[in-house]
Amino acid sequence: MASVESTDLIGSTDVAGLKGEVARLFLRRRAFAFAVPALIVAYLAYVAIAFDLSGLANRARMDNAGILIADMVSYKVHVTRDNRVGRTTVAIEGETKGTYGDGQWPGWVAREGGATVVTLDNDSIVRFDPDAVRFEIPGYGFLKIVQDRSGIMLDTPDGEIPDWINASSVRVTVTRPEGRLTVTKTRAELFRYFGGWELFFFTLDSPFYGKSWGELASMALSGERVRPERSNLAAMGSDFWNNAMWRHGDVAWAIFETVLMAFLGTMGAALFAVPLAFAAAANFTPTRVMRFGVRRIFDFLRGVDGLIWTIVLARAFGPGPLTGSLAILLTDTGTFGKLFSEALENVDNRQIEGLRSTGANTLQRNRFGVIPQIAPVIASQVLYYLESNTRGATIIGAIVGGGIGLLLTQAIQTQKDWEEVTYYIALTLIMVTTMDMISGWLRSKLVGKR
Amino acid sequence: MTGLALGSADGTKLDYLALVRRRQAYSGLIVVLFVAILAAGFGLADSRNAGGFWSGLSNLFDFPSELVREAIEKTAALPGHLWRFLPAMIETINIAAVSTLIGAMLAIVLSLLSTRGMARWPRLIPFFRRAMDGMRAIPEIVIALVLIFVLGGGPVPAMIAIAFHTAGALGKLFSEVNENADLKPLEGLSSVGASWIQRMWLGAIPQVLPNYLSYALLRFEINVRASAILGFVGAGGIGSELRVAISWGLGRYDAAAAIFLLLFLTIVAIDQLSSHFRNHLVRTR
Repeated sequence: MASVESTDLIGSTDVAGLKGEVARLFLRRRAFAFAVPALIVAYLAYVAIAFDLSGLANRARMDNAGILIADMVSYKVHVTRDNRVGRTTVAIEGETKGTYGDGQWPGWVAREGGATVVTLDNDSIVRFDPDAVRFEIPGYGFLKIVQDRSGIMLDTPDGEIPDWINASSVRVTVTRPEGRLTVTKTRAELFRYFGGWELFFFTLDSPFYGKSWGELASMALSGERVRPERSNLAAMGSDFWNNAMWRHGDVAWAIFETVLMAFLGTMGAALFAVPLAFAAAANFTPTRVMRFGVRRIFDFLRGVDGLIWTIVLARAFGPGPLTGSLAILLTDTGTFGKLFSEALENVDNRQIEGLRSTGANTLQRNRFGVIPQIAPVIASQVLYYLESNTRGATIIGAIVGGGIGLLLTQAIQTQKDWEEVTYYIALTLIMVTTMDMISGWLRSKLVGKR
Repeated sequence: MTGLALGSADGTKLDYLALVRRRQAYSGLIVVLFVAILAAGFGLADSRNAGGFWSGLSNLFDFPSELVREAIEKTAALPGHLWRFLPAMIETINIAAVSTLIGAMLAIVLSLLSTRGMARWPRLIPFFRRAMDGMRAIPEIVIALVLIFVLGGGPVPAMIAIAFHTAGALGKLFSEVNENADLKPLEGLSSVGASWIQRMWLGAIPQVLPNYLSYALLRFEINVRASAILGFVGAGGIGSELRVAISWGLGRYDAAAAIFLLLFLTIVAIDQLSSHFRNHLVRTR
């Protein structure tokens, strides 16, 4: 409408000029619309070069990814013969805690005199004979591997070495879908893979190992005690909690520690930030110098950043949850101080005036006139940061050495127990989601739905 | 009559005062409880910590003063250090910028797909919302560590990890912005037969872009910090340089001081720039 009127006012002679102007405007917009995507593409191209994306394809270890994904949902049982000790052990993941007792061996591993015979899928058989290790593969034949003081000799049926065997004079590795055999001068080790998370509930030394859910339920209900000093249900609970392989108790404690860091850091920061925010708000602190000083403190606390605070504090307090809490506390005091002082500067002055007219002193005016106004802002910000700091505490825990972050980094760096990594990741997700839900619920209770 | 009325008014007043007192007692109790929980929590955290709080407090300034002293002793070397670590700092900023860019682009698509009235497949709205919740919930370090194992160290794992989280976090904020957008332009466009992409690009995006940019800038600030911290646990950038520098030990902290300074200045500068632009965006709206 407005443009029509203005053309009328200007007169028909200027229509051509106006048209030209509009056309120029459109041209500029169109140029802009093309320039922005072009800039983005150019920047992405620069980053692709700077990050060496083409080299990444060579560096990427897709076999690692395969191991990772396979190991997340499976476990392996090691059958190991140690020539120095002259003993064969069967152990889940090769760990002491997962070693089968001599009478407990699973059905697919058998003793035949001095030999150990392992039956694998596809009817493959591995024999740890006293004189050699033999691998019988149906449709291929016998592999004979002799361990000698001088080295390792490998005999294949056709004299050729297929690509699934990696052989040298000190080590022979046979990688088959049914299992993986490694022979060195001193030991022979066979891995057999199974699906699932073994020993998740009970370890081998627990009387509850290998029982079905129904059996467990009836054991829990029956009066016959496996351990005389406590009921079966309590014994199950304790065996699960103190599971040496999965360490559920320690993991639960680590999760708690992470939440504790986030909680203490966030709440402590809020406690410090509220009085400081009053000192930084223009309508409560007339002194410019004071205001300026407090605001610079906020900027400094925020600018130094959690990473630097974490490192500096870890030097003084050593690793642990307190260090993590204090790091969160310091960073967030800056953030909260800034947010709260902005909220304070926007409070409605009429309520404070009303209180002043009743003769209320400063403390009373602030308590009854100001706090109720900014409490919703404080509550919603604090709850929002509580959730976000739970995630932050995972990272900080990895640096200061506390909580689930530490367990996660350790498990990933050892690069073997990916099922534990999966477990930790799942628990971390549950932790963050729960905190998100709790803080969202509290926020809607305290502040009301936005 | 009047006496009775007065009496009942007195009774009301007493009741009211009792109510007020009870409320004050409750809120006082909550405050006491809260402080007690906080104190117990700090006590617990203190007991689980390697060094105690009070002993640590006395040497809190040992490390910073060591840093500052060495930085002052070797002032001449400082510009050299700053120059040497600048590429790492730029890498950290690049990680943050690219992950914000990619995350924001993903977030735009996700948020449009999960907003009522705009979604391409309205039945899938809950699915896209849950997807964003999931992306938001995964801490960056989890993805980064797993990707470092597969892809090797360097900036790319951090970038993917931050972008993934950013997509979820911004997606939620963007969809809140979308809900306030006017749907009439979209209807107009669909009446002339525009496709979904055309409707979004020409009808929705122009309305919400300033808010998008404002949120994205805020996210960029957060992501700079995140990419610095991820560098410390194995991804590239200034964080990994810092890790190396502080492990050198006493007498060689000048490099660490330079990195601290560089990081501090960068974060402050980016905060200032971003808040300047955000104010500008809010004002022109």
